[in-house]
Amino acid sequence: MPRRNDIHRILIVGSGPIVIGQACEFDYSGTQACKALRADGYEVILINSNPATIMTDPELADRTYVEPLTVEFAEEVIRKERPDALLSTVGGQTGLNLAVALAEAGVLDRYGVELIGAKIESIKKAEDRLLFKDAMQKIGLELPDSLLVNNVDSGLEFANRIGYPVILRPSFTLGGTGGGIAYNREDLSEILERGIELSPVHEVLIEESVLGWKEFELEVMRDQADNAIIVCSIENFDAMGVHTGDSITVAPAQTLTDREYQMMRDAALACLREIGVDTGGSNVQFAINPDDGRMIIIEMNPRVSRSSALASKATGFPIAKIAAKLAVGYRLDEIKNDITRKTPACFEPTIDYVVVKIPRWQFEKFPGAEPVLGTQMKSVGEAMAIGRTFKQALGKGMRSLETGKSSTATTYDPALIKRNLITPNPDRLGYIRFAFQQGYSIDDVHAATSVDKWFLTQIEEVVREERDLAALSLDTATKEVLRKAKRDGISDSAIARAWKVKPLEVRARRKQLGVSAVFNRVDTCAAEFESFTPYLYSSYETECEADPSDRKKIMILGSGPNRIGQGIEFDYCCCHASFALQSFGVESIMVNCNPETVSTDYDTSDRLYFEPLTLEEVLNICDTEEPDGVIVQFGGQTPLTLALPLKAAGVPIIGTDPENIDLAEDRKRFGQLLDELQIPAPPNGAATTIEEACDIARGLGYPVLLRPSYVLGGRAMVIAYDEDTVRRYMREAVVFSQDRPVLVDRFLENAIEVDVDALSDGEDVLIAGIMEHIEEAGIHSGDSSCVLPAITLSEEVRSTIIEYTTRMAKRLNVIGLMNVQYAIRNGVVYVLEVNPRASRTVPYVSKATGIPLPKVAVALMLGNKLKDVTNLTGGKSSGVLDVSQFFVKSPVFPFNKFPGVDPALGPEMRSTGEVMGVGENFGEAFGKAQLSAGTPLPDRGSIFISVNEGDKAIAVEVARRFADLGFQITATRGTASAIQQSGVRCKTVFKVNEGRPNAVDLMKAGSVQLVIYTPTSGATSFSDERAIRRTAVSWRVPIITTMSGARAAAEAVAARRQHPVRVWSLQELHESHREALKAK
Amino acid sequence: MNKAVLALEDGTVFEGRSFGAQKDSFGEVVFNTAITGYQEIFTDPSYSGQIVVLTNPQIGNYGANPHDSEARKAYIEGLIVREFSPIASNWRSEEEADRFLADRGVPIAAEIDTRALVRHLRSRGVMRGVLSGIGGDPGALVQRAREIPSMAGLELATRVSTPERYEWTQGVEKSSPSELITTAVDPCCHVVAYDFGIKHNILRRLVHTGCRVTVVPATTTAEDVLALNPDGVFLSNGPGDPEPLHGPAAEIRKLVGKKPIFGICLGHQVLAQALGGKTYKLKFGHRGANHPVLNRVTNRVEITSHNHGFAVDPDSLNANEIDFTHVNLNDETLEGFRHRNEPVFCVQYHPEAAPGPHDSHYLFDEFFRLMNPKEDR
Repeated sequence: MPRRNDIHRILIVGSGPIVIGQACEFDYSGTQACKALRADGYEVILINSNPATIMTDPELADRTYVEPLTVEFAEEVIRKERPDALLSTVGGQTGLNLAVALAEAGVLDRYGVELIGAKIESIKKAEDRLLFKDAMQKIGLELPDSLLVNNVDSGLEFANRIGYPVILRPSFTLGGTGGGIAYNREDLSEILERGIELSPVHEVLIEESVLGWKEFELEVMRDQADNAIIVCSIENFDAMGVHTGDSITVAPAQTLTDREYQMMRDAALACLREIGVDTGGSNVQFAINPDDGRMIIIEMNPRVSRSSALASKATGFPIAKIAAKLAVGYRLDEIKNDITRKTPACFEPTIDYVVVKIPRWQFEKFPGAEPVLGTQMKSVGEAMAIGRTFKQALGKGMRSLETGKSSTATTYDPALIKRNLITPNPDRLGYIRFAFQQGYSIDDVHAATSVDKWFLTQIEEVVREERDLAALSLDTATKEVLRKAKRDGISDSAIARAWKVKPLEVRARRKQLGVSAVFNRVDTCAAEFESFTPYLYSSYETECEADPSDRKKIMILGSGPNRIGQGIEFDYCCCHASFALQSFGVESIMVNCNPETVSTDYDTSDRLYFEPLTLEEVLNICDTEEPDGVIVQFGGQTPLTLALPLKAAGVPIIGTDPENIDLAEDRKRFGQLLDELQIPAPPNGAATTIEEACDIARGLGYPVLLRPSYVLGGRAMVIAYDEDTVRRYMREAVVFSQDRPVLVDRFLENAIEVDVDALSDGEDVLIAGIMEHIEEAGIHSGDSSCVLPAITLSEEVRSTIIEYTTRMAKRLNVIGLMNVQYAIRNGVVYVLEVNPRASRTVPYVSKATGIPLPKVAVALMLGNKLKDVTNLTGGKSSGVLDVSQFFVKSPVFPFNKFPGVDPALGPEMRSTGEVMGVGENFGEAFGKAQLSAGTPLPDRGSIFISVNEGDKAIAVEVARRFADLGFQITATRGTASAIQQSGVRCKTVFKVNEGRPNAVDLMKAGSVQLVIYTPTSGATSFSDERAIRRTAVSWRVPIITTMSGARAAAEAVAARRQHPVRVWSLQELHESHREALKAK
Repeated sequence: MNKAVLALEDGTVFEGRSFGAQKDSFGEVVFNTAITGYQEIFTDPSYSGQIVVLTNPQIGNYGANPHDSEARKAYIEGLIVREFSPIASNWRSEEEADRFLADRGVPIAAEIDTRALVRHLRSRGVMRGVLSGIGGDPGALVQRAREIPSMAGLELATRVSTPERYEWTQGVEKSSPSELITTAVDPCCHVVAYDFGIKHNILRRLVHTGCRVTVVPATTTAEDVLALNPDGVFLSNGPGDPEPLHGPAAEIRKLVGKKPIFGICLGHQVLAQALGGKTYKLKFGHRGANHPVLNRVTNRVEITSHNHGFAVDPDSLNANEIDFTHVNLNDETLEGFRHRNEPVFCVQYHPEAAPGPHDSHYLFDEFFRLMNPKEDR
């Protein structure tokens, strides 16, 4: 069955913004699908609201719609583009849900669109708990005893019958949102109530607990001819009870006999056949009782998943690409294996190494959230490591996380071992190691953790080896000892710490003894066939397979695991840098360790090194490749911290000089530079002690902004209104700042914040975008919405911004990209921060302007001048790039995953992703962005307003606009009287601490559709405010906490009245823009 | 812990740590890419005369148990792995894999760069080698490797075959309460199985399919087989070069047309010879559990378990009387054929798996149907 010729245009649905449980892996899968289908001659129409993705690049599809993933907007795209088919399986749960919704709304039938990938019946059978249970029972597979309930009482009754603990899984939620483990009646009532609420169908599955069982996952593919293969088996290090996304996982499965593995394989294939997935990939999860081998099936996803991305990277088998090809009719044996070139894709990859994935959590950003892992996913990213053995892979995996903590650090408390072993939490792996250091036995640790003894034995052996190593020294350690240590994944830094020497000394010594890294290939076949793709990982084996070329080559350092503040945007930049290098005829070498990303796809770059981004590993690669240049400015903070040491080691860094990057980060030297350039900045100082910080703050006057140097995403950034806060902060922040000082800035209240991205060749500076934030300064730039073009800046302010940006870029001799943050107050432009590197907004600006910023930047780094590359910049080599419409970027927050956390915004970034809205006016673009961000603004209903004294004037104006649009207004006493006095009708309601019914009651009763709430005073946060914000999050009422946001909302609602649903593809926007420019 | 040395006939030497039996062993060094199922590999008689390299770097993790052996003893001459587990972690395990091999006299070399070794064998072809579990001078070991008889032309099947005829009655048992196994059929036909090194799981599958099995030595004559009055004849897998097995091939020639015949692996090769075909040695063979084989009759791909260093040359068979039913999609080797006019068929790979995927169990049912033409199952 070759390619289908009856379909020509295929709609691909993306997964929207990055959220916990749905991250870059769907950019990876969507990108692969787009590429595969277009390579086969299909026209691809894409809809995805996330501008930071590679898949939404105009080059990747024929028509790209960065539009809300809702039925009405998708229908408009379908109406306009008339695709023949919709591929539903590469856009995660969001893509699948939208496909189902479009089918159920009759849209697909109306426009004659065929669902390909997974059919609606299959999706339902897999996703609907009851249908799934019936289907599995039909083929003889066991599930945990369970019951689907829609009210708390039936839940309690069922739990009484089967006994506690029980597992709760709300239907149709992402990453297990709202699920949990209930150990008693109280737990059950609480989690169940929330789960019923969060489930779009208000159903929760209550399930028999299989806590402590071993968990496995199989990645399966099947074609229309019923050829089916297992791509990869994955074993969870953490036993059942921890969400797979939060588990350390290992590929291939390590502790199954062939009998057990084949039993699981048979079950997975039977499951796929029964569910009816006939063209594509799925993953099937199993649990096995470690005492008797009883196996149950946990769930299956009839689509490409996070695990598929992991399995693809772990084996070299491109699941999403193959899934797309199967969906258009190909058979598995008609597709070639890219890596071996000769053998078909219809086989089961076998691997001769071990892969370990470790999640990365950021509970520290969500004070109030308990750092405990359960059935609901909490991690924001993950790192994968490849080693020849489990030990080596685990060691590399821990380094890849870049938590700032080293694996041998002694910040663990002996008194907390038991607790940290028993309750799964982000530090558990560290505590397992610590427990062994403290003399715990494997049996002790196994009893507390249920982690398989084989894994524990491996860890315990490394801990012992480290202890033995510590007794040696640089002079006494033999080649054999060092080789063994390296083969077991122990880092140079860990050895250096034990020996109290510098890591580079360890490196020099071991190389002198002949212990050097070599590189092995990921080849899908355990070396049985020759591999033609340089997809490499380091090891300490005897033979190097890197086979570097003698072409001109540039290495790009990636951004490592996703984290808040350093996410997909940087992967976007790295991928583009790679594409750009290739287009300029230069060999591109990618280094990264994030399995979710497009950058770690083996066909993104000429060569891929799947390695931790540490000095040790990067130097190993440089030794082998001897690149002509290394690019550090695209991967966020991770490569920047390596820039100076790499330069010191003689590695050629291209683009802006690392010294100048460092200069921009060094507050003192940078302050002098600004003085020299006569550019104002908020008054500031740098402190290394508590007293110094207090002195500086007093001198500057409160409020002050405190932050450590060298951070991304506003980690540990606060606004302090008094000395207590400064003292408390200094005590906590020292941990993060290490030997770097804490920066203290005068905080500019009520200022407008502006983000600028610019390109510079050292002589000319081209401003790519001047983005005006919707929220005032003080809210982290990554957490505020912003708009292109700026909407309120005067011409004078604009030209000042251009002038300052140009001056700084020249002075810092920026070659490539630069980002500047400005605050504007009373017409004065202040520089808040300069980052001579690619910023988070680069993909958004690239999409809005139609100019590929990273590509231009790479051209500059290769020695071109802006004047040489005007063919890439729409003819410009200075000034500001134009945009043809309004483009609003809005953040997406994970507050629904962290019950109890105050969702108020501040200087510490907490959003995980972003969306973009496009419109002919600001209101339209903002409204669409809000809709895409999951906080749709209401069309009608009631608005609750409660603002502080200073905001009352604007509140009145906003209330009037909403009242004119037909909304009812409700407000707390003070706000209400101001509104009433202006002649607008307004109901009064109690504050939470005043009595009932209060605002929270109204929200819970569903009689408030939008909340506008500003804090009463900066420093203290009242329980009233918290209660309102929390209620808004859990009851999904949109809440606006700034007056500029409130104004924008009113404008958006008004715009939507005029033009409810309009969509534009990026291609048509850019085309019309180019034509308009030509006409000029 | 002793040093282990692997010396190859071309002078290449690998050093590692010694586990298992502390002794020297000799054989052809071959590699297997299966991820699971090391115990089945250890005990597969087809590995007689071979030192096996496993590409999965972590071996021994789940120990060993009495149910997963494919014969009563271990047949591999030696084992080469990247890392060998000191502990066994699996509820089915009854002893450590180290103990299992030590008790059965098999030396292990661990901490070897198996990937480099496999790449070497892949490019140069499989070769003779000595595995010393007690150290030893590499130069001398290389010399000894060169003195080992070559696998080409080596007849091993009659050496590992049973000396006496015996009955086999054990069927397939569940390995876990959750394992789904088709209902066993009560024994209703009689199969005589030639033992060239037969794996237990073939016998179990035959019983499960409804056969009463009499296992006979490799040298049994056609007359003796017919005297047992079987409903079908089975030809087993086994070690060594099939070429020297002229005797058994001649006997089987006499059985063609008289009884339904089903052959696996060496059985497939002997059957080919009986029908006038020739075999040849592959450069590095097929050993693994992931090979795609196209069934040309159903036009479906089966993921299959392989263990063969020789293959049948399809051009040597009479295309007028033979249908080539199975072909390997990796390298186009012949993986199965059937006779057009007689109830005779065979496959080069291992439908009984153990270790490996169960995609090809249907072949046992086909054999059963050949023996029971009217039986409607």
